[in-house]
Formats: sequence, C-alpha cells, structure tokens
Amino acid sequence: MISQLFIVSARGDHLIYKDLRGEESKDVVDIFYQKVRSLPRDQAPVVMHHQGLQFIHIRQDTLYLVATTRCNVSPFTVVQFLVRLVSLIKDHCGTLNEKTLQLNFALVYELLDEMLDYGYIQTTSSDILKNFIQTVPETSKQFNLFELSNIGLFGADTQQSKVAPSIAASRPVFAMRTEEGLKTEIFVDVIERLTVVIGANGSLMRADVQGEVRMKCFLPSSTEIRMGLNEEFSIGKADIRGYAAAVKVDECSFHQSVNLDEFESDRILRVVPPQGELTVMQYSLSDDLPVSLPFRLFPTVDKDTDSNRLMVYLKLRCDLSPKSQALNVTVHLPVPKGTTSLSQELSSPDQRAELDSVTRSVHWTIPRFHGGSQLSALFKLEVPGLSASSLLELGPVCMQFELPMSTCSGLQVRFLRVSSTHPPLPHRWVRYVTHSDSYVIRL
Amino acid sequence: MPYSGSEEIVKELRRSLCNPNVQADRLRCRNVVLRVIRYMSQGLDVSGLFMEMVKAGATLDIVQKKLVYLYMCTYAALKPNLALLAINTLRKDCTDPNPMVRGLALRSMCSFRMPGISEYIQQPVLNGLRDKASYVRRAAVLGCAKMQTLQGDTEIDGAVVNELYAMLRDPDPIVMVNCLRALEEILKHEGGVVINKPIAHHLLNRMKDLDHWGQSEVLAYLVRYKTRTEDEVFTILNVLDGFLKSSQPNVVMATTKLFLLLSEDFPHVQIDILERVKGPLLAICTSECHELCFLGLCHAREILRSSPGHFSGHYKKFFCMYSEPNYIKYQKMEILRELVNDENVQQILEELQTYCTDVSVELAQMAILNIGRIARTYSERCLVILKGLLGLKQEHITSAVIQTFHDLVWLCPQCTANVCQALPGCEENIQDSEGKQALIWLLGMHGEQVPNAPYILEEFVDSVKMETSAAVKMELITAMVRLFLSRPAECQDVLGRLLYYVIEEELDMAVRDRGLLYYRLLQQGIEEVKRVVCGPKSDPSLDVISGQANEAVSAWSKGFNTLIPIYGREQWDRLTAQKGDSLEILQGSAVKANEIDTKPEQREEMSRDSGSVSLLTSAHLSPEQFEERWTLLEAAKVVTVDWHKDSCPDAIQTAFQFVHIQLVAISRAGVQPWKAYLFAKNETGSLFLIELLTVKGKRDMQITVKQANSNEQLLNNFIAIVKSVIQTLGETKG
Repeated sequence: MISQLFIVSARGDHLIYKDLRGEESKDVVDIFYQKVRSLPRDQAPVVMHHQGLQFIHIRQDTLYLVATTRCNVSPFTVVQFLVRLVSLIKDHCGTLNEKTLQLNFALVYELLDEMLDYGYIQTTSSDILKNFIQTVPETSKQFNLFELSNIGLFGADTQQSKVAPSIAASRPVFAMRTEEGLKTEIFVDVIERLTVVIGANGSLMRADVQGEVRMKCFLPSSTEIRMGLNEEFSIGKADIRGYAAAVKVDECSFHQSVNLDEFESDRILRVVPPQGELTVMQYSLSDDLPVSLPFRLFPTVDKDTDSNRLMVYLKLRCDLSPKSQALNVTVHLPVPKGTTSLSQELSSPDQRAELDSVTRSVHWTIPRFHGGSQLSALFKLEVPGLSASSLLELGPVCMQFELPMSTCSGLQVRFLRVSSTHPPLPHRWVRYVTHSDSYVIRL
Repeated sequence: MPYSGSEEIVKELRRSLCNPNVQADRLRCRNVVLRVIRYMSQGLDVSGLFMEMVKAGATLDIVQKKLVYLYMCTYAALKPNLALLAINTLRKDCTDPNPMVRGLALRSMCSFRMPGISEYIQQPVLNGLRDKASYVRRAAVLGCAKMQTLQGDTEIDGAVVNELYAMLRDPDPIVMVNCLRALEEILKHEGGVVINKPIAHHLLNRMKDLDHWGQSEVLAYLVRYKTRTEDEVFTILNVLDGFLKSSQPNVVMATTKLFLLLSEDFPHVQIDILERVKGPLLAICTSECHELCFLGLCHAREILRSSPGHFSGHYKKFFCMYSEPNYIKYQKMEILRELVNDENVQQILEELQTYCTDVSVELAQMAILNIGRIARTYSERCLVILKGLLGLKQEHITSAVIQTFHDLVWLCPQCTANVCQALPGCEENIQDSEGKQALIWLLGMHGEQVPNAPYILEEFVDSVKMETSAAVKMELITAMVRLFLSRPAECQDVLGRLLYYVIEEELDMAVRDRGLLYYRLLQQGIEEVKRVVCGPKSDPSLDVISGQANEAVSAWSKGFNTLIPIYGREQWDRLTAQKGDSLEILQGSAVKANEIDTKPEQREEMSRDSGSVSLLTSAHLSPEQFEERWTLLEAAKVVTVDWHKDSCPDAIQTAFQFVHIQLVAISRAGVQPWKAYLFAKNETGSLFLIELLTVKGKRDMQITVKQANSNEQLLNNFIAIVKSVIQTLGETKG
C-alpha cells in the first residue's frame, strides 16, 4: 500500500502532493528532494529510505514521481503504478511536464482520487476512469511550424499530409467530450529498440531488438480493430511458413485484451482498444537479425608521440536501403583523459563535431544520413603526455540514431481494419521507427 | 503572486469566496476553489478558509465538490470543530441518487482524520456496504478499515468482520480485493486475513476477473494458504500456470513467489519454475523503463544465489548500455561476474574491460573490482587485463587495480609472483588512502619478491609528514617492520627513521601507540618479532566462504517480490532493526542471553573447568555412531541432580555448547520421560557420552556418563562440568 504520492520537479517544486493514509508529514517531500540532490544526476536508485520510510520513485524527464510506504511492498507493483500514472496523465493532458501539471493539477488530483483509495490501487483502466473524470484538460498550445507545413499551398493537399502529424502524440485523448467535431483517428506505432555490440575486428558480438506495437486510439470505445501482421511471422524456433523472408522473434507477449483466435492461422490480432495508449504486443529477438546492421564503422588511428597528437579517421557507412535514411545520428567517441583540443575535417557543412570535456568525448552529429552513402571525418586531438596506453582509452564508439519507416525485425502491419459503423471512416496511421538503444562499436 | 505573504493570499481568497457575485457564477466560483487547491498543493497553509470552503462544497457542480472534498480531507485534522459542520453535507450526499456522489462523499468522509468522527461515519459505511452500486461498496469496504484505524485500539467489531468475509463473494472484483485489504488491516494484530480452503479456492476461481493489480495482490494473499496435500499443490500450480507468463511484471513476480513457496518440498519443480520464468524475467531486465529494469536485475540476482549459472546462456542481455544510469550498470556488472563460465569468460572480460575506462570514476572502479572477483577463478586472463590497466597511469584506475591485487594475493597465492612484477611504478599514480594502504600492504607482505620494495616504501616514509590518513601511517609501520624481517640490510635505516618520527613527532595517538608497540616488540629480539608479525601470507580457504555455495531457494523465496532483494538481506535487516520493533528483538535476545549468562563468575568457572579437561570445540559424531558406541559401552558413572522444572531444549543446547559438549538428540519440552543425549571429546581423544533423563513426578535429573577409554580423574572432572552446567541452568530458570 502507498502512504503518500507526490511529484517533484528537478528544481524541487512541489507539483502534486497527496497524502493517502495520513501517517506521514509533508516534510518527506523535501527530505526526498535532498536525497536526490545529494547524488549526481540520474544516479538516484529507485528505492531509497529515510527512518524506515521507503521512497520508491521513477524519473520522467525532469520530474520525479514518488510513492512512499512503510510496508515491505512489491516494488514492481508500485513502479508499474507510477508508470501507469504517467501514461494516464499523458492520455488526459496530452503531455506530462511541469507546465501541464500546473495547468491541470485539479485533473491529476481527480485521477489520483479515483485510482487510489487509502493507498490501495483501485483501477487504472482508462475506460472506467473516464466516466469519473469530470475536469476538462487545459492544453498549452504552442506555435508549431510543422503544423503550418502540413497545410500546403492554397490549402491544396500536399504529399506531406500523408505523414502522420506529430502533434497527435501530445493531444489529450479525452477531449472529445467538449469538441465533438474532432477527428477519429487511430495510430499504430511499431517501435523497435536496437542494441548492438560490434567487436574490434568488426564481428557482430551482440544484436538485440526489443520491439513493441503501440496503439494510440482516439476512436469511440468498443470499436473492434483487426490488425494483420506479416503472414510469415513466427515465434521462437517454430517452423518457417512459406517461402518469403520470415520474420522471426524469440519471445512475444500480448496485452491481455488482445484476442488471438485468428493469430495462429492468419496472424491477425483482434483488439478492442480503450481510448488512449495501449501496448498491444511486445517482442524481442536476438543475435541473428534478418537485415544487415544499419551502420558500419571503419576507424584508423594514427599516433604521433612527438607532437602529442592523435589522428582519428572515421569512415562511417550507412547500410540501409537507398530509399530510407537515418535521422539525428550522433557518434560519441571517448577520447583519452587530458585531451586539450580538437580540430576536425568533416565532409559536409551540416555536420558538427565538438569536444565535450565533461563526458571526455567527441560528439559528431549528422542530422540526416542517406542509405547506401558513406561519410568520413578526421579528428586531430591534442593529448599532452600521449603514451602507448592512451589508445586504450579511445573508444568504444557509441551511436545514437533514429531510423524512420524501417524495422530491424521486418515486422509489418499488413492491414488495419476498423469495424466502425459510423460513416466517417477513421483516419488510420501506421508508423514504423527504430531507435538505437545502445549501438556500440569497439575500437 | 507567490511572493506575497500567505496571509494576504488567504485574505484575498476569502474575499472572493464570500463575494455573492462569485458564488452565483459557477465558473468563477470553481476558479477560486481551484486557486485555493493550487496554493494548498504548493505547500501554503490555506486552512483558514475552511469555513468558506465548506459552504462552497454545497454545490451541484461535481468538479467543485471533488475539489472541496480534497481540501477538507487535507485540513480536517487541523480544524476538527469546523469539519463537523461539513459532516451534514457529506451525510446528505451519501444518500444522493447519483452513485458517483455517494461514493465520493463516503470515501471523503472516511478520510477525515480526526478523533470522534467514527460515530458519524459508522452508519453511512454500513449502509454503503449494502449499496447496489459497486463504486459505493468499494469505498465502504475500505471505509471499514479507515474506521478501525481511527478508533485506534478499541475492540474489533465482529459483525463488520463477518460481513467483510461474506463480501469476498461480491460480484465486483475490486470490492473483493478491497475486502481482503480491509480485513488485513482490521485484523492486523491477529495475523491478518485468514485464507482457508474455501476462500483460497474462491480466490483462485476469481483470478481471471481481476485486473493485474488485483491479481498480484491476491497472489500475495494466497502465499498464506497452507496446502494439505500434494495434489492440491499441483492443482494450484496448474490453475495459475498462465500467470507465470503474464505480460505484467508484478503478476509474473507474485506468481513466481507463490509457486516457489508452494513447491518448497519439490526441488525439481522449483528448478522447473525458475526455468520457465527466465524469459519473462529477462524481458523485465531489458525493459525500456529503467526503474523496472533495475528491480528485475535485483530479483535476477536472488535467483542466481541458488543456481549460479541460471542466465549464463543469456549473458549478453546483461551487457551495459550507453544510456543506462549507473545504478543499473552496477547491478549488471555484478550479475555478469556471477555468470562467468569457460565459454563466455573471454566475452565477459572484454565487456568489463571497456567499462574500466568509463568517464565515471565509480563505474570504472566497480568494473575493476569485478574483474578482480573473476580473477579468483580465471587469474591468468584477468591479470593480463589488470596489468594493462596500470599502463593508463590514472589515479583512480591504478588505485582500484592495486586494491584488487591486495584481495587477490590473499585468496589466490599462485598469483603473487605475477602481481609483484606489476607493482613497481604504481606509487606515482596513487593518491587516495585506500589505494596507498593496499600498495603498502602488498610491499610489506611480499617485499622479498619486489626488487625495489624498500625504496618505494622509503619514499612513503620520507613523505610521512605530509600524510593525512592515520590508517596509511599504521599500515606503513607494519609493512616496514615486515619488510625489515625479510630484507634487514636495506630497511634498517628507514625503519629507524620511521619509528623515530612516529614516536617523537606524530600527533595521532593511535599511530604513535602502534609505533611504540613495534618498538617494544623489536626490543624482544628478532625471533619474537617474527613469531608475532609473520602470519600466513594468504588464505585460499577464505574464498570458499566468500564465494557462496549454492543456497537453497527457501533462503530467499520468502523475500521475493518485496523490497528485500533491492537492499540485500543484511541491509534490510539493519534497516528494519532501526524501527520500533527492533526493541522487541533486542529485548528478546537479551532475555535469552540472560538465561545462560546470569552468573558471569559461574560461567568463567565452567570454562576454566572445561579447560582442564580440554574438550575439543569442534568434535563430530553422527547419531548412528553415537548409538553404536552407547550400546557398546558400560555406564561409567550415574549421578542425579536436583531438577524441578520444564526443560527448554534450546537453552540446554546453548549452555552445553558453551562448554564444548555437543548435543546429539533431545526430546521436545514437556515430553515424559524427557531424555537428551550429548557427547564430548577431549584433546587426548577420549570420548564421553552422556544421557540426561527426567521422569515425571521425580524432582531430579539422572545423568549417565559413559567413557570410551576409562580415566577416573578425567571422568570426575567431566561430570563436575556437566553438573555445574545443569545447576546453573536450573537456578537461572527458576
């Protein structure tokens, strides 16, 4: 059971505070904040204690969501509850940040009131909650260039309108009560997180993909959705179906509301999604990926001991198909301690490279990287007291990137059918994206 | 606005709340109430507005009602008199036709934390239990628990308890779970809610109706259920099998715990369960949410305690990721260390090696320490890596490597020569006192294998005035004396200088005393110094103790899915011991200690006596061997002593162990005739067998002693010990 629940900002502002059992004083908020502040950023362990009171918290950008208790509770339940709270607040207010909390604190209190009674979790289902939540969310509308670009010249339908508007992600789900005319839409996102370790000799040491199919639904509830996956989708070591390139995953789990009757035969998922966000399915595969890795790195390191200079020549190849591209690529190259300056030669002006003395590494950013192309960079590092062992400190290279419209597993949504009886057919969006979770190349 | 004083704000808000124009306009009124709540959550004291807020609560606007109730719940304890005024409104709302209003009012009313409220809420709560809307019943059930807490230590209302037990059959699943929670709180002092067979089976049947919060909680209650037969155990395992693969971590964990406890008597089933939960647990450990990932890792470590190689095949899942916070990386490294085997050692070491140059000092040092732990098994490979790290000449890395070496040579003496080669040159790169201590210790202990050891230590001695840490200085004295023994010619002068400085100029008393101690010791002659200073140089047996053997699953299964795996058992015990209930434990142990130790002089006497007989501390004799000898031997002596009370087996065992007499078998307390069999061995190898016997009605205890090789004097001494122990026991317990 949870004794208190509060949300503190990274600056220590009390945003939300709810005392559920009246056992503790409000001072614990400040005690918690001091505890977090005394540790370096990002380092506060999930569970902390103060005189027998346990703080269990999760961090969401710049916010700390904290539950306190004196019982030996299941930590999983509490953390999952806080995670669920985050997604519910996002569903109701569009986004979760300091600003929206300040605007919508009454709504958050209302939510908490229905979700928790006397510290016990009552319900977190958005279908049930929406009957009880009366407060109307207030959104802070920001001027958005992206939205303008969508309109097109003279209101004509441009190519761009086929791209899912990114603003949808930060729109409250339950605004329909007030604005009847809002579009009925459904978004299906196939999101994969890629973890790769490439050894010094270029061999693939580890490749993991954690994927999930997420649905954000703005449809009236109790609309059934049929979603078809690749027909040759197989789980585990089961036999491969058909002759097409198989999509194989090692582990796969579905949300409990997913009806799997047609899954075995036709790979069709039937879902009646509640309004808001829902993770329909999660899967993972490791080691043998059906596609080649998106990036290869060919480094050359020259050491000039006399002038204390280290020359690092990086050749980076993007092995995606020529049609697709990688966005926001960042390459982190850790450099020896005591590196004083960096001079670089990059192949195009939109790239940047800088030396970050805090993380002791060179950051090379490439905003856009087309498939099949190759980029190179030459970094000259001044390292006073350069020695043979300084090279040990060079690397491993970490890469961060985003691959829109591609998945590493090859999973695709064949179709998305909505059994809607109302005449305006809802807009359906299917988006694919692969993020780098950790893409490490050893030197 | 936040800068003006709180009084100003309260005044201003009160004006607005009392303004008839505002009161007439719903939206304006709601906005003022909103502002009050906003200040409240920012920590401003707005309790002064209670009266006005109560009035604002009598409204049809449900949003405003909710806000006002939130306000009242917060401040009711501060303004009990005014809160009573609100009760009427609330009681009226409890009969509202709208179930939402009824539930809201009931829940809020029960949350007023003020004395004397219970008489007002009792009737609404009882009505609420029979309400037709499940929303109201949920609030009412928890209201019972709140009422009990408010009333404090008054008697438990049996009727309410019975009603709640009956309501476990309520069609609404949340009402059912709330009943369990409420009963648990109400019956806290009687051990919580009772899970008997019908209730357990009922809960099992309802599992599928619950959401995952309810499921994980019901699973936790089911842990309490004691199964009768093997069949029942397997039925439950079958029924709940699907939950082991749930996509919700809390359900997976709760199911695992329940399964492990249910199958306590079937180790092969437990292994099977752990195998089946591997996939879901790995999924949690690689979850996107860092916090869940961390919890999963902590629990994976618990499983590794029983089956060390459990995740060996999946070791790559525990490689650290660039973006993870350090607390996760620490856990992953510790797990990687456990997973090392012949196949993956190369890969794991390569991975750990890349962490050693991490920009975070703590992380780098932790990685080095973990390589050091692996070195206990794979010393060759690890030493290559560790020696390579010394080449970086960075302070924090060198220090951590040297500390690792320090532990390593103590546990794996075969590494000593290799380590000693690497030591020269390190002294330039060590600044922290832990690193210095380790280096100085190594040079003192194994100085004969490091050619320039005396000169490295000489540098430390020369700069001893600048040294701030007393621990380093003490280590330096010891090391100098040790090195002097193995290489006297090179060290004599330096040792002399060091001792002179320490005795004449040092201000820290502990260091000075240490110096004087060694000075006086040196005066006793070199042989004496050698005898005292040169202990063993390594202790490989320690590794067996620290490198844990496979623990039983039951050692951790009770703490699974709680906070214990996150803190670790010892730290958790320490944490909970800080709390109030620690007093009881302390008192308990004190009483126990008293039972045996009431008379120190007698205790001394006992141990002195046993000294003359010289009993072995760790003798061993299996019950079978004992029985065999017992039947072979004749009774050497039979004595009786006064004994007129119940026998407490624990106390007897502890007392006899104190004088090195071991217990073989003992009857339970209260059994008639009561018997106990004990034995002891002395240094010369003679064996004593003892039987203690009390018969109902007789107020004495018969002691029969049998001796293997007869020796009259020994026997008499021995019997004296046994008698004194029993007499002491008798007196203290009376």
